[in-house]
Amino acid sequence: MMSRLGFPQPYLSLTLFLVWQLLSDGISGGSVVLGAVLAWLIPQITRGFWPQRPAFIKPWHLPGYLLRVLLDIVSASVTVSVLILRAREPRSAFISYPLQLEHPLAITILASTISLTPGTVSADVSDDNKTLLIHALDTDDEQAVIDEIHRRYEKPLLEMFQ
Amino acid sequence: MSAVAEYTIAVLLLVGGFFTLVGAIGLARLPDFFTRLHGPTKATTLGVGAVMLSSVVFFSSRGEGVGVVEILITVFLFLTAPVSANILAKAAMHIGVGTTGQTRGKPWDQ
Amino acid sequence: MIAIALNITIAMVIIAALLNVYRLIKGPDAPDRVLALDTLNINAIALIILLGITLESRQYIEAGLLIAVMGFVSTVAMAKYLKRGSVIE
Repeated sequence: MMSRLGFPQPYLSLTLFLVWQLLSDGISGGSVVLGAVLAWLIPQITRGFWPQRPAFIKPWHLPGYLLRVLLDIVSASVTVSVLILRAREPRSAFISYPLQLEHPLAITILASTISLTPGTVSADVSDDNKTLLIHALDTDDEQAVIDEIHRRYEKPLLEMFQ
Repeated sequence: MSAVAEYTIAVLLLVGGFFTLVGAIGLARLPDFFTRLHGPTKATTLGVGAVMLSSVVFFSSRGEGVGVVEILITVFLFLTAPVSANILAKAAMHIGVGTTGQTRGKPWDQ
Repeated sequence: MIAIALNITIAMVIIAALLNVYRLIKGPDAPDRVLALDTLNINAIALIILLGITLESRQYIEAGLLIAVMGFVSTVAMAKYLKRGSVIE
């Protein structure tokens, strides 16, 4: 009974509380109370949508990963700008990427990373969570794209989650 | 306001405007839906991020505090852009939007 | 210095918005139009921030936050409608 009234998602609750403090103009008594209520209420309401609690094994790897992704986003935008402004037609391709990650949250993070980084958008995950469909804007070599993604993004995520 | 802050703000503004424009050009001139998806998700998101950053620098250099709301909007946009792109790509594959002849590989139909 | 950069940036964002409107009208498919609307949303946020810098006021930023949230929700809702034929099942 207690577990139903507690905080099923402690990280989510903490994030909600902090974001609410940042959104309100300055921290006051009212914003703390309302933030605490929201931090309790929203995880309770959305409980059914979280199939399992996200399990980080090594959360301290996350900041480094995010920094790398941020730098890659900048280079990705430059790459895409060059491709857009160039005259010739892009040689685009659909690529099936074999996933080694198993955790749904890890797959979500990988898919979002792929969408934000050079020349690729993740389009779909297969029903058995084993393959990711990627659309590459301009590439000649599908295998090179797969290797690059595996080396740069999936390896660190594998270390973080498994 | 110091000269460094002014230059930073001006450069960030121009970079932001450039990437926003490039994203829109990509949306307007690339040949099929899946290639058009690339411009808005990457270039436009980064462009708006740079504009936000210039706003943060602008108001904090005037001594009005750090604009937390701008940073929150930026983080929110960076989190939601890939999700929108993904769900739009799924919808397009479901409808069966055509691709250009040069595209290798096929979208799934499941 | 900032004023010149600001004017150039506003011009670029407005041209970007017009290009989005072109894609919105031309289509050719429904997902293209939804994508154009989504990009138009993001450009609107940029314009609001630029307005805030021009008027040296931070009152408008909350509107940008609202457009960001509403734009994402509406994009997802429209994409879901295209995929499934209904928004809430």
